[in-house]
Amino acid sequence: MTQAQATRHPRGASEPLLSVRDLRVTFQRQGDAAFKAVDGVSFDVRPGQTVGLVGESGCGKSVTSLAIMGLLPERGNTVEGKAVFDGEDLLTLSPSAMRDRRGAEIAMIFQDPLSSLNPVITIGRQVTEVMERHQGLSRKQATPKARDLLERVGIPDPKARLVNYPHQLSGGMRQRALIAMALACNPRLLIADEPTTALDVTIQAQILALLKELVVDTGTALVMITHDLGVVAGLCDEVNVLYGGKVVERGGRHGLFKRPRHPYTVGLLNSIPRLDAPLGEKLDPVPGSVADNLPWASACAFAPRCSQVVDACTSHTPEWEGDHVVGHRCFNPMGGTP
Amino acid sequence: MIRFVVRRLLQMCVVVLVLSMLVFAWLRSLPGGPVSAILGERQTPERRAALEAALGLDQPLPVQYLKFLERALQGNFGVSTKVLPGEDALQVFLDRLPATIELSFVAMVLAIALGIPLGYLAARRRGSVIDNGAVIFSLVGIAVPVFFTAFLLKYFFAVEWNLLPVSGRQSTGLDATRITGMFVLDGILTREWDAAWDAIKHLILPAVALATIPFAVIFRITRAAVLDVLDEDYVRTAEAKGLTTRVIRARHVLRNAMLPVVTTIGLQIGGLLAGAVLTETVFSFRGVGDALATAFRDKDYPVLQVLILAAAVIYVLVNLLVDIAYAVIDPRIRTR
Amino acid sequence: MSEDRDGRTPTPPDGGRARRPSYGQVRRDRIDALATAGTVDDEPGVSLIRSAWKRLRRNPIFLLGAAITLAFIVLAIISPWIAPWDVTARPLLDQVRPQTNPVPGPEPGHLLGGDDRGRDLFSRLLVGSRQTLIVGVFATLFGLAGGITLGTVAGAIGGWVDSLVMRIVDVMLSVPSLLLAFTIASLARSPSQWTLIVAIAVIQVPIFARLLRGSMLAQRGSDHVLAARSLGVRPRAIVFRHMLPNSLGPVIVQATLSLAVAIIDAAALSFLGLGNPDQRQPEWGQMLGLAQKYISEAPHLAFYPAGCIIVVALGFTLMGESLREALDPKTRR
Repeated sequence: MTQAQATRHPRGASEPLLSVRDLRVTFQRQGDAAFKAVDGVSFDVRPGQTVGLVGESGCGKSVTSLAIMGLLPERGNTVEGKAVFDGEDLLTLSPSAMRDRRGAEIAMIFQDPLSSLNPVITIGRQVTEVMERHQGLSRKQATPKARDLLERVGIPDPKARLVNYPHQLSGGMRQRALIAMALACNPRLLIADEPTTALDVTIQAQILALLKELVVDTGTALVMITHDLGVVAGLCDEVNVLYGGKVVERGGRHGLFKRPRHPYTVGLLNSIPRLDAPLGEKLDPVPGSVADNLPWASACAFAPRCSQVVDACTSHTPEWEGDHVVGHRCFNPMGGTP
Repeated sequence: MIRFVVRRLLQMCVVVLVLSMLVFAWLRSLPGGPVSAILGERQTPERRAALEAALGLDQPLPVQYLKFLERALQGNFGVSTKVLPGEDALQVFLDRLPATIELSFVAMVLAIALGIPLGYLAARRRGSVIDNGAVIFSLVGIAVPVFFTAFLLKYFFAVEWNLLPVSGRQSTGLDATRITGMFVLDGILTREWDAAWDAIKHLILPAVALATIPFAVIFRITRAAVLDVLDEDYVRTAEAKGLTTRVIRARHVLRNAMLPVVTTIGLQIGGLLAGAVLTETVFSFRGVGDALATAFRDKDYPVLQVLILAAAVIYVLVNLLVDIAYAVIDPRIRTR
Repeated sequence: MSEDRDGRTPTPPDGGRARRPSYGQVRRDRIDALATAGTVDDEPGVSLIRSAWKRLRRNPIFLLGAAITLAFIVLAIISPWIAPWDVTARPLLDQVRPQTNPVPGPEPGHLLGGDDRGRDLFSRLLVGSRQTLIVGVFATLFGLAGGITLGTVAGAIGGWVDSLVMRIVDVMLSVPSLLLAFTIASLARSPSQWTLIVAIAVIQVPIFARLLRGSMLAQRGSDHVLAARSLGVRPRAIVFRHMLPNSLGPVIVQATLSLAVAIIDAAALSFLGLGNPDQRQPEWGQMLGLAQKYISEAPHLAFYPAGCIIVVALGFTLMGESLREALDPKTRR
């Protein structure tokens, strides 16, 4: 926590900027059974902090972020719980009040930069329209600011790029442009949904470095959604591991990597190839897939894929052991119960 | 942009050339061959022989084609045999053209003005009564033959309820000044308001009948395109920026959804001519379509020749316009 | 010239979509989407149809379309035996008064009355279904045969043959199809039902050709074809035993939709006098054309055949569109 952030948020660093409590998202499509995509997720994000939501696809991490942003399609979804941002519950705000916050207070960066940019509108216009909307600037006033923003996110020759269309930019440049749009109104919270997945490895590193730098410079809080623990290790202060729509483990970056408690976290860590491992040592991936999940209502969803499974795992729901800073949800955690 | 247009124009020339070859091939395979095409089927053997020699039918096909092309470029297509016997075929076409332009224009404006907003509305309210109703209506609209739509309109509005004229382009006995040959426009230009109103009344039923097919198609394509675009990631990005609904719809959804719609409109303008053949026949609306119908039925080959070549040229021009419109909307084509 | 460039390197069926809008782009896109619809999951065509059938059984739109179609086909086949009057007999002739009563109205034994020559309208409508079905089915079959041949040759051989065939097909697709049909029909010295069949078959050829070719291209790189190839199966056997059956689904969909179009277009040709002038073989389009004269005295003369055309065309369209939806992976969600 730097000095700058402490002054920006006079209530102090301990007061959460975003506080998600018992968030539940249920998909109900005609004729199909209801599906709980997010099943009681709670976490906090403090000003200036970077929080990771980690898990494999289908664990509910993207749905969580879309629910907070109010971007889930209206049809067929029910969202319950609370997402308190700066004293207001975002989930109960009117659509127009939510519109006023999106892009201004809370901004989002999406996964696939090409499809997330409008193909028939110039990059410049796509950046300025945010400022026109939230800062009351005219297009003319916003244009030099847009140029500065493009420069700040590391786009070379920003003036020329303003009149370019998305298809004329490279993948990395597009993602930088998306980041510029998200930062245009100095949001207090930035949600990044797998911002590097669609990019080449070298570009991934550049984008992550850029995000890290921007977060430090602006004091923006960041929610980083990823399936890649490598991203988390380099960026996040706090990590939430999601499985089957629930947080199964939480901890500080160092604690979690050094002493993971939940077998799923261990599995994720073991799935990363390590250069310092002896040659020929096999990777140890998590077996099975999310399709094998048991319902949380009467068991631990991860039980069928778990190496540490005990009797209780298939007959009872594991409760959260811990608080809003560190904890896990497991009957038989690694390292034994305290 | 200019280079783009020039390139397209050059391509169009090639297409027109290919089409002229097809028309030539069609002429050659007509019953009785090109002599009948020009003279009509009942002619004395002497005149036939004379014309065959004059046309150089003993010469190889490529030479014949070049001669055909030469005559076509000079506007010499022969004399109408059935539509307006004795009249120059090209003149018949030119006389009839304004009526069809007027009719097609009004029909297309109707189809676009109704099809796009309704398609958009149906997509926004997917699954609602409006949506389902409009979808069923457009399915039925495609299944109803256009000449029967025309017949129905004529029967109810003209015959049964006597609200609008049964047929023709203007009331008999009306003395109006003609400038362009488009009667509504003429009435406005000459400030002969009663003549303009009379022309409008004659135009309503044929235009509505002709508009049904392009309307149904434009509606369906707009609806599908808007549904596709609403699912796009960039619309979610626009939402995430907190833009107002109005801006998102106008700037992000509609503009992208218009891409396939513009192409469809171009395609439908070409299809309008086929519809005009049928509609103009039902309403005895003296336009190109009516002439085509008579020429097809009574085998007036000189007139058919002109009309088909002209249709090809018009169609190609319309496509050029569509391509340009497309390039204006879609930078991916322009800035390639 | 972009035509040449495209000719040398045929784009994949889904490639270059937004980039090259030109004549017939929409029609081409629709055909191409259909061509690749059934072939993505590497299943034999039969099982794909079976899984589509499962979804269709509960689709009321499909069932309605199928019921109309079935009723129409059965009626067309048995109509000569169930029609109360011979279509050439003129039992109501003595009631026709050209000046006062040109079209006799309904009376016992004549459900819908007669036509302007005193023939029984109901019987002619019933028997008319037969000509309509014959024209629709034969035109579609011939179009299908031509299209399958061209499309298979183009898709299986590839190279310059493919470029040449597809260039021709695209030019044909770019011309308004009804106008093309008029032009072809005008070539006949004396029009008959075969004029209709040939004219409509020709405008169907490019549609099926593009469909088959797209489906072939989509399959050429698919796993089951690669597997057959690596096992040394002869190319001809691959095309006929592996690729063609897999294109069955899209072809059935297109054929159903084509039947609707064929029936409507045939009516338009007949209406213009380019169809079968022989009134001993009644046909709905022909009846509709003849009825124009009596719009003020007897509009029902047009309403009945037109109603029949609309219902039948709608039946095929509903069936075809719901089949397309069932096969299209995009609408399955």
